[in-house]
Amino acid sequence: MKEKILAAIDKNSKITAADLAIMLGATEEEIVSLIKQMEDESVICGYPTLINWDKIEYERVTALIELKVTPQRGLGFDKIAERIYQFDEVQSVYLMSGGFDLTVILEGRTMREVANFVSEKLAPMDAILSTATHFVLKKYKEHGLPLVQTKHDERMLITP
Amino acid sequence: MRNPLAKVVVNMPPSGIRKFFDIVSEMKDAISLGVGEPDFDTPWHVREEGIYSLEKGKTFYTSNAGLKELKQEICNYLKRRFDLEYDYNKETIVTVGGSEAIDIAMRAMLEPGDEVLIPQPCYVSYHPCTVLAGGTPVVIELKGENDFKLTRQELIDAITEKTKILVLAFPNNPTGAIMDYEDLKNIVDVIIEHDLIVISDEIYSELTYDKEHVSIASFPGMKERTIVINGFSKSYAMTGWRLGYAVGPELIIEQMIKIHQFAIMCAPTTSQYAGVEALKNGDSDVAMMRDAYDKRRRYLIHSLRKMGLECFEPFGAFYVFPCIKSLGMTSEEFATKLLQEEKVAVVPGTAFGDCGEGYLRISYAYSIENLKIALERMERFVERYKK
Ligand SMILES: Cc1ncc(COP(=O)(O)O)c(C=O)c1O
Repeated sequence: MKEKILAAIDKNSKITAADLAIMLGATEEEIVSLIKQMEDESVICGYPTLINWDKIEYERVTALIELKVTPQRGLGFDKIAERIYQFDEVQSVYLMSGGFDLTVILEGRTMREVANFVSEKLAPMDAILSTATHFVLKKYKEHGLPLVQTKHDERMLITP
Repeated sequence: MRNPLAKVVVNMPPSGIRKFFDIVSEMKDAISLGVGEPDFDTPWHVREEGIYSLEKGKTFYTSNAGLKELKQEICNYLKRRFDLEYDYNKETIVTVGGSEAIDIAMRAMLEPGDEVLIPQPCYVSYHPCTVLAGGTPVVIELKGENDFKLTRQELIDAITEKTKILVLAFPNNPTGAIMDYEDLKNIVDVIIEHDLIVISDEIYSELTYDKEHVSIASFPGMKERTIVINGFSKSYAMTGWRLGYAVGPELIIEQMIKIHQFAIMCAPTTSQYAGVEALKNGDSDVAMMRDAYDKRRRYLIHSLRKMGLECFEPFGAFYVFPCIKSLGMTSEEFATKLLQEEKVAVVPGTAFGDCGEGYLRISYAYSIENLKIALERMERFVERYKK
């Protein structure tokens, strides 16, 4: 049931517990308690909103930064990752396999803001060996959802 | 000028759906719960394979019975999903949708006077296809109290000396009824005893909830007397591609291929390449869609029952078939009024046979958001007319 709930709210966190109960064939109490439990266990970590900022006149830039770092003895990459993800500007941090170690996704008001953050906050950290910053020019899809206009129903109104 | 028309066609009544369609299309901003096709787009990897085949210049006829690779995949699929074993070379034909398969199966088998048992309510084409093929349709009126399954007694009562074919269409459009293993087992010996041929339209076989689909052809003694019809329209959301197939005894399939060869030539080549991809790599898409339908199904049943409408639980396809007899209206009155007053389009049960009177077909091939708005309006309507 937990997996079913998660799959159902993955793309729509606004769905009510009452509706979920009907759709999944459970009781509302069961759904509420399972969601509470998953929140407590940090299985569900939040309910953010997917916003297409390009649609409104609001300056906002996203950058993806590849970092090469020296892992710390006994702590691996976790310590350095933690130091990075505490910054408010940082949206996501991932440990990677392959040619570099960490991916950091940053959001700022302007390119300058992002550039300053990289040069003043990230690059100087002892553990960080190198950075490569890529700016996002346009977002097409996020969290499995296209950020473009949803298309309308092309079907005829009545078919056999 | 002489009368250019054939009597058999002129006398064929137009589809009941068509009539309602004309009313609905006049209506601006109506919300429809009236379609018989998935709301999902064809999975992208399937569409992509179609596009790729065009890029590669695969724009020619295929062999009449269909691409070898597709026929092989069809047979693999039927084995994997329903434990049906067919020879791709001799017992398989790729058609222009399940629709064509229904037509050519009738034409390959019917002699004038042969009777075809058609359990209704059902999809609209079995009756006219029987008539066009020179057969005589014999309607079996299924009952709400049996959850619209065909019972052994109903079958026995309808059989005459002339009965040749039984059409079985489960999971059913429009009722959403299925016939599970036990239900089928109850009628198999009657079919064999009376030497009937079954045309089993299993186009909704992937869309069953809580219970797995069972094909009647998988019963001992049935494979040699069953034409299984299936296709891509419903399971892979591929209605516009016009792709379906039939499998059955070589004796019959061979003759169906002959008709197909002259009337159709071959199913669309692009669609056939896309079909290969669907069968090879489409299982997870089907599972995703089935899961979404199931949620909507529960939601819809719950809401209809909450309105006070009697509604048996349908375990297949993407329709519910609530009973509106308690409101003292005919299906057509209900549907017409609902459209005029609340701008919600549903299909009167009578479009699928006279015994659909008192019922409505409501499709859940719509997003939950859409269903919600429509159901709110419908609830308002029912409240108004409740006795
Ligand atoms: C029961 C049934 N059979 C067959 C068909 C025909 O489907 P297609 O010709 O698209 O394969 C439909 C379509 O609505 C149907 O509901």
